[in-house]
Amino acid sequence: MRTVHPMPDQSTVTPLRPPLVTVDKLTVDMPLGRSGASVRIVDGVDFSIGVGERVALVGESGSGKSLTARALMRLDRLARLSGRVDFDGTDLLKLSDRDMGRLRGSSIAMVFQDPMSFLDPLMTIGDQVAETLRIRGIGKAEARKRALAVLDELGVDRAAQRLDAYPHEFSGGMRQRVVLAMALVGEPRLLIADEPTTALDVRVQDQVLDLLDDVSTRRGLAVLFITHDLGVVAGFAERVMVMYSGRIVEDGEVASVFAKPSHPYTQGLIKAVPRIDQDLNTLYAIPGAPPPPLARPGGCPFHPRCDQRFERCDKDLPMLLPVGLSRVACHLHDGHQHDRKGA
Amino acid sequence: MLMSIDSISKSYNAFPNPPAKVLHDVTLNIDAGEAIGLVGESGSGKSTIAKCMLALIKPEDGAITYDGIDVIHAKGEELRRFRREVQMVFQDPYGSLNPRMTVEELIGEGLLIHKLEPTAAARRKRVAEIMDMVGLNPNDMDRYTRSFSGGQRQRIAIARALVIRPRILVCDEPVAALDVSVQAQVINLLQDMQKKLNLAIVFVAHDLAVVRHLCEKIVVLHKGKVVEQGSRDEIFGNPRMPYTQSLLAAVPVPDPVAGRARRAARRLETAN
Repeated sequence: MRTVHPMPDQSTVTPLRPPLVTVDKLTVDMPLGRSGASVRIVDGVDFSIGVGERVALVGESGSGKSLTARALMRLDRLARLSGRVDFDGTDLLKLSDRDMGRLRGSSIAMVFQDPMSFLDPLMTIGDQVAETLRIRGIGKAEARKRALAVLDELGVDRAAQRLDAYPHEFSGGMRQRVVLAMALVGEPRLLIADEPTTALDVRVQDQVLDLLDDVSTRRGLAVLFITHDLGVVAGFAERVMVMYSGRIVEDGEVASVFAKPSHPYTQGLIKAVPRIDQDLNTLYAIPGAPPPPLARPGGCPFHPRCDQRFERCDKDLPMLLPVGLSRVACHLHDGHQHDRKGA
Repeated sequence: MLMSIDSISKSYNAFPNPPAKVLHDVTLNIDAGEAIGLVGESGSGKSTIAKCMLALIKPEDGAITYDGIDVIHAKGEELRRFRREVQMVFQDPYGSLNPRMTVEELIGEGLLIHKLEPTAAARRKRVAEIMDMVGLNPNDMDRYTRSFSGGQRQRIAIARALVIRPRILVCDEPVAALDVSVQAQVINLLQDMQKKLNLAIVFVAHDLAVVRHLCEKIVVLHKGKVVEQGSRDEIFGNPRMPYTQSLLAAVPVPDPVAGRARRAARRLETAN
C-alpha cells in the first residue's frame, strides 16, 4: 500500500495499536497573493495515529502544526496538498469534495481555540449540536435527543433546559463543552483539537482536559491535540510530536521525550519553560526566534539557534530517523560516521 | 514603600444594567526594586489594578500614593514626574508599537516628551545604550518594527519604557503573546533589568509558573478582591486560601510523572 520512498519505518513509534490515520510525505503549500507563487508551510511530514491514541502536536507560530492538522480534514481550500493521508484505508487527499464532506464530522471532527467565534450567536445550542446529524438526514426529534445525550455526557448541567439557550448565556468553559459536543455528536473516530484550552483560565482548562481525557477513554476516540503548552502535553497526551519549521523534529512517547529529549530544540523548549513546582535561578533561553516560512534556513532549520550544531548542520537536512523508541531529525543522532547522504 | 494602593474600588459602566463593580477594597504596597505578581483568572480585576496604578483610569474610592504624590488627584509637574517614573509594557508588541515610527523614534519618544536629552545626538546615544542593554543591535535603530520578531518587538517596548529611567515598570501579560521558545528570553531580560536598575516590576499575568519564577511577592485576585497576598514561598509553598490552592493545583506541569500525579490527586480531591 505504501509507495516506495526510502522513509524510516514508523511502526517503531506505535507498536501497540493499529493505525487509524497514516500521514505520508504530506506537504502543504499556501499561495502568496495572486502572483501564482506559493510558500511551503508543511514540508514532508509523516506520522501515524493509532486507534484511540492521544497524540500532541507541539510547535510555535509558523511551524505548520495547525496547517498539518487542518490538512487532515482538507479545511483550507486554497492550500495545495500533496502526499497521502490514509484514514482507515482511504486516501483522504484523493476523495471528491462531496465524499470528504461526508467524512467531516462523522469520522474526523475538529474543535478550535475560540469557542465564541465558532458558535452561531443566533442559533440555539441544541440546534447547533444537532446540526451535524440533521445534515446527515437524521430526523429532528432523534437529532435533538442525541444532542442532549452528548451535552449530558460532557457535564453540561440541566442540559435539557439549556438546549434552547443561546451561546451568550454560556460561560467560556461551557461554550467549549458545547463546541466539543458539536464535534462528538457524529461519533467521530478522530478528534482534532486545535489549541482548545488556550483561551481558557487554568481551572477551566483543567476541567476541559479531564473531560477530553474521559471521553477519549470511554469512546476509544483518537485525539490529535495541537498546543504550544508543554504542561498540557505532559498531562494529557500519550505521544508527542514536535514540529519546527514545517517538519517533525521529534516524535515519541511522552514519558520518554520529557525524561530524555533527543532533539536540541525539544531539550531547549523543556528547559525554557518555568515550572510551578520548582525554583530556578535563570531560565534557559533558546537564542533567536522561530524562522518565518519565507525565510527558513538551509540545512537543519534549527541550526542557527542550536547550541550543539556542528559543520554538517547548515548543509544537510536531517531525516526523521528512529532513535530508541522515538524518531528524531538531528545529525547528532543519525550516526554520521556512516555516509547517509543517499538516504 | 514606593507606591501604596489603599482600599481602592472601581466600577465599570454596564448600561442598562447597574454599574459592574470590578474592584472591591483592594490594598497593596510596592517597595522599591521588588517584583510583585498580580495573578488571577479573567475578570479578577488584575488589569484594572494595573491601569489604576498607571493613572490611566481613576478608582472611585480609596487612595493611590506614589512617592509622596497623590496619584488620583495629581496635576502639572507632579503628574509629569509620576508619568516618567511609572512606565508600562503591554501584552501585544504588534499592537503597541507604531508601525510608522523607526526604532529610534519609538525608543526616544519618552526622552523627547520629558525633555531629558536636549540634543538629537544625545538622544541617539542614549537610545543606542538602552538598545544594547536590552539585547538589541543599535545598528537597527533606523529600521521599522515590521521586520522584527515578536520577541525583539517586546525588547523594543521594554527599551522604550526603560529609557527614561522609571522606578516602577508595570507589565501586563508581557510574554503571553510570544512564542514559547522566546518567552524565556524576555523573562530573563525583565529579571536582569530589575536587578541591574533596582526597578520595581508589577507583573500582571495568568501564567502562575512565570510569576513564581519572576516575582518575590504575589497578590492573588478573585472577582475584584485580594484573596491572599504573601511572599513567593508563602503563596506557592503553603497557600492558605482554598481559592489559591485550587488555582495552583490546576496549573499543568511539563513533566508527565509529576503532572499525572498532580492530576490524580486533584481528581481524588474533587471526588471527595
